[in-house]
Order: sequence, then structure tokens, then C-alpha cells
Amino acid sequence: MSEGNMNITLKVWRQKNKKTSGKLETYQVEGISEDMSFLEMFDVLNERLVSEGTEPIAFDHDCREGICGMCSMYINGQPHGPLQGVTTCQLHMRSFKNGDTIVVEPWRSVAFPVVKDLVVDRSSFDRIIASGGYISVNTGNAQDGNSLPIPKDDADKAFAAAACIGCGACVSACKNASAMLFVSAKVSQLALLPQGQPERQDRAMKMVAQMDAEGFGSCTNTGACAAECPKEISLENIARLNREYLGASLGSTN
Amino acid sequence: MSNKLDAKIPEGPLSDKWTKYRSTVPLVNPANKRSLEIIVVGTGLAGASAAATLAELGYKVKAFCFQDSPRRAHSIAAQGGINAAKNYQNDGDSVYRLFYDTIKGGDYRAREGNVHRLAEVSGNIIDQCVAQGVPFAREYGGLLSNRSFGGTQVQRTFYAAGQTGQQLLLGAYSGLERQVGIGNVTMYTRHEMLDVVMIDGKARGIIAKNLVTGELERHFGHAVLLCTGGYGNVFYLSTNAMGSNVTAAWKAHKKGANFANPCYTQIHPTCIPVSGDHQSKLTLMSESLRNDGRIWVPKQKDDKRAGNDIPEEERDYYLERRYPAFGNLVPRDIASRAAKERCDAGYGVGASKMAVYLDFAFAIDRYGKIEANKKNMHDASKEQITEMGRAVVKEKYGNLFDMYKQITGEDPYVLPMRIYPAVHYTMGGLWVDYNLMTNVPGLYALGEANFSDHGANRLGASALMQGLADGYFVIPYTIGSYLSSEIRTKSIPTDHPAFVEAEKAVQDRINKLINIKGKQSPESFHKRLGKIMWDKCGMARNEKGLKEAIAEIQALKKEFWSDLRIMGDADEFNPELDKAGRVADFIELGELMCVDALNRNESCGGHFREEFQTEEGEALRDDENYMYVAAWEYEGESKWNLNPEPLIYENIKIAQRSYK
Ligand SMILES: Cc1cc2nc3c(=O)[nH]c(=O)nc-3n(C[C@H](O)[C@H](O)[C@H](O)COP(=O)(O)OP(=O)(O)OC[C@H]3O[C@@H](n4cnc5c(N)ncnc54)[C@H](O)[C@@H]3O)c2cc1C
Ligand code: SF4
Ligand code: FES
Repeated sequence: MSEGNMNITLKVWRQKNKKTSGKLETYQVEGISEDMSFLEMFDVLNERLVSEGTEPIAFDHDCREGICGMCSMYINGQPHGPLQGVTTCQLHMRSFKNGDTIVVEPWRSVAFPVVKDLVVDRSSFDRIIASGGYISVNTGNAQDGNSLPIPKDDADKAFAAAACIGCGACVSACKNASAMLFVSAKVSQLALLPQGQPERQDRAMKMVAQMDAEGFGSCTNTGACAAECPKEISLENIARLNREYLGASLGSTN
Repeated sequence: MSNKLDAKIPEGPLSDKWTKYRSTVPLVNPANKRSLEIIVVGTGLAGASAAATLAELGYKVKAFCFQDSPRRAHSIAAQGGINAAKNYQNDGDSVYRLFYDTIKGGDYRAREGNVHRLAEVSGNIIDQCVAQGVPFAREYGGLLSNRSFGGTQVQRTFYAAGQTGQQLLLGAYSGLERQVGIGNVTMYTRHEMLDVVMIDGKARGIIAKNLVTGELERHFGHAVLLCTGGYGNVFYLSTNAMGSNVTAAWKAHKKGANFANPCYTQIHPTCIPVSGDHQSKLTLMSESLRNDGRIWVPKQKDDKRAGNDIPEEERDYYLERRYPAFGNLVPRDIASRAAKERCDAGYGVGASKMAVYLDFAFAIDRYGKIEANKKNMHDASKEQITEMGRAVVKEKYGNLFDMYKQITGEDPYVLPMRIYPAVHYTMGGLWVDYNLMTNVPGLYALGEANFSDHGANRLGASALMQGLADGYFVIPYTIGSYLSSEIRTKSIPTDHPAFVEAEKAVQDRINKLINIKGKQSPESFHKRLGKIMWDKCGMARNEKGLKEAIAEIQALKKEFWSDLRIMGDADEFNPELDKAGRVADFIELGELMCVDALNRNESCGGHFREEFQTEEGEALRDDENYMYVAAWEYEGESKWNLNPEPLIYENIKIAQRSYK
């Protein structure tokens, strides 16, 4: 199949499973159109590999519209590639040039072990949420939605934090493999809303404790996470989490 | 008509049915709940809300999803909003009106009892989500904001920018993870259910594959809930996530569960058009855009000018022209067919000519002027107005506009969007009764996986409502009517012969797939199936095409089972193998969809048979002969038996659906 005229050299991380070690393999892909998404280029390559009798490259993806957080490629040293504010699945080949060599690796972090090729295990994120990233309200206990007016500005800020897709690019971008941006986004969302107040202190403490237990590194404020975050989650959230955590450790709400 | 299926709709006046049911349904006491195990397959909106709520009630829950986290279910991608009859806007909404709009929108092919219940609980959903911290859009006064969706004349849609599904799912997911943390739910991610285990005629568990290791696992449950989403990907190209599939529902079907109205598929009018053969999926531009965007094509055939260069009087706002009462907000089936009609007639735009414009210039101007007034800028320049107007549009739809730009390379703030209809949602699904139980005892279906509430066409923002209604507010009650009689059933050990046999059958099939060792990839078969379905069982269908499609699908199936190539092994992480299994099921489903479409000699909602239309090209129903749910019972390869469930309208007067 050739729909376009871009020829690309891909160097892709191949690793059979968690236990084996991996290495970069080189592939030439030809006839790539600039309207293709980065993942569609992988589709083309994988179809070719199958027809040649080689195992296709495993990678995670689902929605392909930048919202599920499943896709996770480390492209030329950047999680989700060169473009700001987009996920791998939303990156299009028009962001590259004919003749480019592109290196594609999985997320790198002890807390995200490789499953196969470009696929990693991010279940640590679920465990962090399970440790306290919620408001404890059983179904049926809620009062009328409009009985609790929330200033638009607070609602908007909470929404901006809640936009995190749990992809893990922040961890992958961080030299310490810290998950602070992810954790702070959830803590902020709930701390900004009146519904989140009763469990506010407890939540920050528990989530941070779980984050540490999972083996994520500590935050040294380099800001690489926010720079690479496809949802542009702001560093302000980390500052807020630090305040929450400090407040909680000191036993006050501010 | 034979009436093999009992929908179990409670007696009594429509508005009392649910209340009465709830106060009389048998209950399970808390101690007994602790020894009852429930399997929830799928953790999208329907599954996550059900799993969390059932665990809160005290049941022991095991939940499964094939993604690496429940937070990634396809529900995450829902954009526009969720309906609820709150009447916060004081514009005449009510439970009855939401009920009525849904029945009419579904072209009189849904059950009154189910839909009324849905409308009744809709308000509770919003309350529950707000309490969880879902950041819905708000007005400056701090109260919840609403917008309109197609097929309605009130503003009852709640939203969180263009990411409503994400926020609702994250709410349900947090509730689910809370129960995981407490230990009431065991969550199995990267697991795919591959069969239902039946013991003495009841669903008693599942066989699931651990997708990381390839191992098969047996899981017992007193009841099994399938919350596994829709089957739009049978068309290959759709707005569904890449992994969405019919496998769980199809396995249930082959174990005896009836599959209802498979031919009812929703083609969404506003999607980004196909750009080439490489295309792997289609991207929706939310229906909410039709609140502010105007749809048009040039009046002149084959007009080569750029959209912005075509003067106002040379544009055909065909929806406003044909349907003045609802204009751009007609239901989806109608908007889609109207777009197809214009493009087929040669008025399409863009390079492929298979697109129409969705234009925001008017909205930008209107909002800009309102902003100027709010700021007391009475002599604002055109540029200032445009800038302020764009800011308003950005706040409402920013993420959609960004997505459009990213995919097409064009800026929709400046140029009109190009859109075309695409497969989006499936109204058909597993047949369920009022309790959401399939005809297999103990086997339930929730969310998009069941057929129940949307008739032949779903209104926008009603899927999220239905999924959460099913999970938060319906199943927690209705499951009691079954489990209350199961309290004496002990957990059945999974070395029971039924588990052993089911596992062996699954293993045999995997081996069979792997050992074909042919030449063609699962993907290539999926593409070919999709093309047959889109061409012959898509937006318009006819007898000849459907018959051809059935023959072509049968031939494709043969080829699949003799020339499939799967790389890699069964005992490892192998997405090719998983895909192959799903494509095999899609092929069988595709055939049934055509059978159903062929049987239904009428047009209704999303099912448009070319032979049955009015002079103006509107769908022509045949209430006398087809006012039934077509529930299909599997009887062997390419053989189905039709069990019609008659639809009875006691409260709504049936009419030809009109949006003029
Ligand atoms: C782009 C887009 C936008 C939409 N926007 C809106 C909107 O604005 N408003 C609205 O009301 N509706 C909208 N819809 C429709 C709505 O999103 C879906 O109908 C709804 O989210 C379906 O939810 P669900 O819980 O039934 O299934 P899904 O969210 O599809 O979840 C299915 C679950 O089942 C699991 N699963 C499936 N098969 C198996 C298996 N064999 N084994 C184990 N697990 C399995 C999956 O892992 C997943 O967890 C939109 C749909 C699309 C495609
Ligand atoms: S904070 Fe950003 S980078 Fe990190 S998980 Fe969330 S969306 Fe991904
Ligand atoms: S595939 Fe869903 S965010 Fe990329």
C-alpha cells in the first residue's frame, strides 16, 4: 500500500516479555501519507510484518482520539512525540519529514514494567486512585445537584485538573520517574470542590503514601512532566498537592 | 405472534410501575449479600457503576475489562453530554417529556415501561455524579449549565466541555476503585471474557483469558452481568474505540441469549470524513456542535469554490429548509440521511465530495456581539467581535476544535468544518426483560450491550444516561428479584465439569485459530467485512443488497477459517490473536444483522430500507406488521429463529414521526 510519498526509518524497541531484555530493531516504512496518524503508520508496518511472516509490534491504543490515555510511545526521546498537547494517537505524520529516522520506545519507569514491545503495565496508577482518589459517596446518598452552587471559576479549575487521562507521560518524562503530576491532578480536582472537603487531608496523605509504595521517584520540580503532558496539566497542581500534603501532615486544612 | 419472551413489565399505570416495583421487589439481607458473588464483565459507564453500587450494597463482585485500566473503557470518549429531566432551565421539561421524546426519537420501537423508568431515574444520575465530584459545566451563578441535543426542544443536556463521558467515567471509576481498595471488588484488567458457563440452565460463571499471559481462567458467579458495550466496529470504520467488540455478547448469544434488533445501527451525522485507505477509525464531532453550527452545501452542483467564498444566497441550509421546526437539531438518523442524499445528488464538498459543511461563523458572530454587550463595548470592531466570539466557542467546544484541526490540518475557527456521517452506536443488543436479564437465567446485559431503551434510533446524550441508569439505579434493585432465590446456592467450585468443558471449548477454538496458518491478517478480514456491511447494510439497505451481503459474508467466513494468519503464540501477550477472535465473531454477527434487516420490511429510525419510504424520502414504518422487537435465537451455523416481542403502546399515541 502506498498512499503518500514519505519514507521513514523506524527504530523500534522489541521485547518479548517482562522477563527478557529488549533491543531496538530497524524498519523502513515507505509510501506514508502525511494525513496518517502515527499509529496508522504502525498499522501499515504491522500489516507488512504479518505478510512477511514476522511478529507485529505490540503497542497499546484504544480510542485513537486522545482521551483514553492508552497509547504510550516514547518518540525520539519525548513521551507522545514532538507536538505539544497531543497524545501519540493524535500525532500525525505531517509533523515529520520524508527521510526522518524516528526512535520509538516504551515508557521507562520501574513502576511501569514492560509487558511486551511498547506496552507497559500502568496498574500502579489504578492502585493510587484506589488508595484515596475519590469522594466516598455511595449511590443513592446524593442531594439535588443544584443544591450546592460551585463558583464557575472553581468548577473550571477542577475540570482542568480532572482532564488528566492517566497516560503516564509525566512519569516517563521525569528523570526521577515521579508521579506527582498525575497524583496532584486528582488531589487538586477534589480539593477545589466543596464535595471533596471532608476527606481532603486524608486523601492527599493516602495517595502520596501509595505513590511512594509503588516505587515512583520524588519530585525535584524540573517541570518536564507538565511540558510533556498531553492534557497540559499545570504545575500549579503540584504546588497545591504540596500544600495539601503539608497541611495534612501538620493537621490543618490549609 | 408467538410470545416466547416475557418482558416482565410490571402492571399498573406507567408512572407508578417503577415505584411500585421497587417497593415490592424481593430483597436480599446484608448477611446473604456477602456470600453472593456477581461477575461484572466490562467496566465502562454501565459496568463500573454497576460493580461499584453492587459492592456498596455488600455483594462480592469480580469485574473484568480488556483494557489495562477500567478508566479507559470506550465510554471515556463520549463528548457531548448526558440528558436528565431536571427542568432546571424552566423550559417545560418533565419526566414525561423525556420519556415521550425518547420513544418518538426511537421511532416507536422501544418499550414504554423501560423508557419511562429511564426518564424517572435520570435526575438521580446527575445528583450522584455531582456528589462524586464530576466537574459539570456551570453558570456564573454556580448552578449547573445545560444545552440542547437533537430531537428535543428543551435544554436538558448536562455536560463537561466536550469531555462528558470522560468525567462521568472517571466518577464511576473512582467509585469502583474505592470498592477495589476496600476489597469488595476484585478487578481483572487485561482480561477478556471468552465464554459464559452454564450449569442447569443458569449462567454460573465465565471463562476469561488473561491477555498478558494467554492463560485461561474460570470464574464462578451467582449472576453474570455483561456490560460490554456496542458492536459498531462490525463496520470496521466507526467512531468506537479500536477494541470495542461484540465477543462477550456473541458468546452469550451462542449460549442461548436472544439477540434483539441487530440491524438497528446509528449512523452519526457529524464525523470527520474519511481521508484515505489507511484510515483506522473515524472521529466524531459531537452533536452538541449542532447547537451552534449550521449545516449547508452549495446550491450549485460540483461547486469548486472554497466554503468561505460561497456567498450566503448560494448556500443550501438543507436541514433548516426541510425541517423548519427542528432545523439543525433533527435526530441523527434524519440528519445523516439528508447529508447522504445531498452528497449522492452531487452537492458534496471537499476533495472526496463526500462531506457537507458545519459552519460556526454565525455562532462566532452572535456570541461575539453578546460578549461585547456584556462588556458594554458598544462600538466593538468586527475583529474584536470575532475574537470574543471565538473565545466563547472555544470554551464550549475547544477540545473538539483542536481534535478537528489535528486530524484535518484545517482550522475550524476560520474555515467551516467538513463532516460526513459515520457508524456510531448500536441500538440492537442482547434482549433483556424489565429486570435487564436476558432470557438466560442469571445472565444480565447493561448499557449499550443490551437493546432496551432506544428503539430504532437513539437520541443524543441518552446513552450515557442509560448506561448509568442501568448500573446505578436499575440493576441494584432488579438483581434482587433473582438473587433472593439464590441465597442457598453455594459457590460452585470451578472444577465442575461445566467449567472444564467450557474452558476446553475456548482452548480448542484458540488452537484452531492459531493453526490455520494461512496468509491473511485478522485486520484484512475485518476491513473486508466492514466494506460489505457499510455498502449493503449501512445507511440505506435494500433486499437485493442484503441478500448479496449474506452470501458474501458466508464466503468471507469460509475464507477466514481457511486462510487466516496469526503471528505469535497463544501463551503470551498477543493482540493479533485477540483481534482474530473478535473478527470471527463480528463476521457471524454481520450475517445476523443482514438477516434482521432483510426481515424488517419497513423503514424505522436508523434502519432505512430503500423500498419503504415516503414521497419526500422519509422513513415509512409498517406498524401493523413490524411493531415488535425482533429477538433472534441462535440455532446453529447461519440459522436463527425469530422470537418477536410485540410492542404495546398504552400511553403514547403512535404517529408518523415528524420534525417539520
Ligand atoms: C465518540 C463517541 C462519543 C459519544 N458521545 C456520547 C454523548 O455525548 N452522550 C451519550 O449519551 N453517548 C455518547 N456516546 C455513546 C456512549 O459513549 C456509549 O454508548 C456508552 O459509553 C457505552 O457504555 P457501556 O458502559 O455500555 O460500554 P463501554 O464503555 O463500551 O464499555 C465496555 C466495557 O466492556 C469491556 N469489555 C468488552 N468486551 C469484553 C470482554 N469480552 N471481556 C472483558 N471485558 C470486555 C471493555 O473493556 C469495557 O470496559 C458516544 C460514543 C462515541 C463512540
Ligand atoms: S498528568 Fe498528564 S502526562 Fe500525567 S498521566 Fe495525566 S495526562 Fe498523562
Ligand atoms: S489511543 Fe486513546 S489516548 Fe491515544
